[in-house]
Amino acid sequence: MCNQAVSLIAAELERRGITTVCVILLREIAEKVRPPRALAVPFRHGFPLGAPNDPALQRRVIEAALALLERNEVPAYGSFTVA
Amino acid sequence: MFLKTYPWRRIDPVPCAPLRKPLAESRIALVTTAGFHLPDQTPFDCDKRGGDTSYRVIPNDADVSTLLEAHRSETFDHAGVRADPNLAFPLDRLREMGLPLAPRHLSFMGSITAPGRLIAESAPEAAQLLVDDGVDVALLVPV
Repeated sequence: MCNQAVSLIAAELERRGITTVCVILLREIAEKVRPPRALAVPFRHGFPLGAPNDPALQRRVIEAALALLERNEVPAYGSFTVA
Repeated sequence: MFLKTYPWRRIDPVPCAPLRKPLAESRIALVTTAGFHLPDQTPFDCDKRGGDTSYRVIPNDADVSTLLEAHRSETFDHAGVRADPNLAFPLDRLREMGLPLAPRHLSFMGSITAPGRLIAESAPEAAQLLVDDGVDVALLVPV
């Protein structure tokens, strides 16, 4: 449900000229709902940026998400890998 | 089982607002659906049928460590976001990265099974708030 909510909000922002990227925990939901840009992450629900009190990992996820902002052929999806 | 039969909303057409300026010069807002609120704000209504589609405004100078989490879903482990709200509202990370930040960020509670009101009312209202703040870019984080 959270994945759908961020996607629907992102679409509304995008219609008003704000460039968006969503972090997404379930890629198949993104492909159904279709937010403009999304980074699928391999983390469990409740841990969208990886782990609490792990700034380095959180920052890597954010940087990967922000990199998708350059893509204008929407929907544009990427995947984050931890390795 | 529920997720297999749930009628997911399909965004069609998919809107696209290209970046207007380099990211380093773009004003960025955070939008979370983790159900965070500040101590002096009303928590989300976890009993509302179909989900509470309201949102809380988190000022850019907020102390992230004081955020409280009122997400109603029992389908995930809440310990992570309670230990470190940056896990789903990474304002401290954006500060460290030195990006231009919006004056206001937004928190929704994502457990919205009936998104009609979100689509018709609160998302447009929230979008207008960010437009009014001159926001260029939004990073959206579910939980």
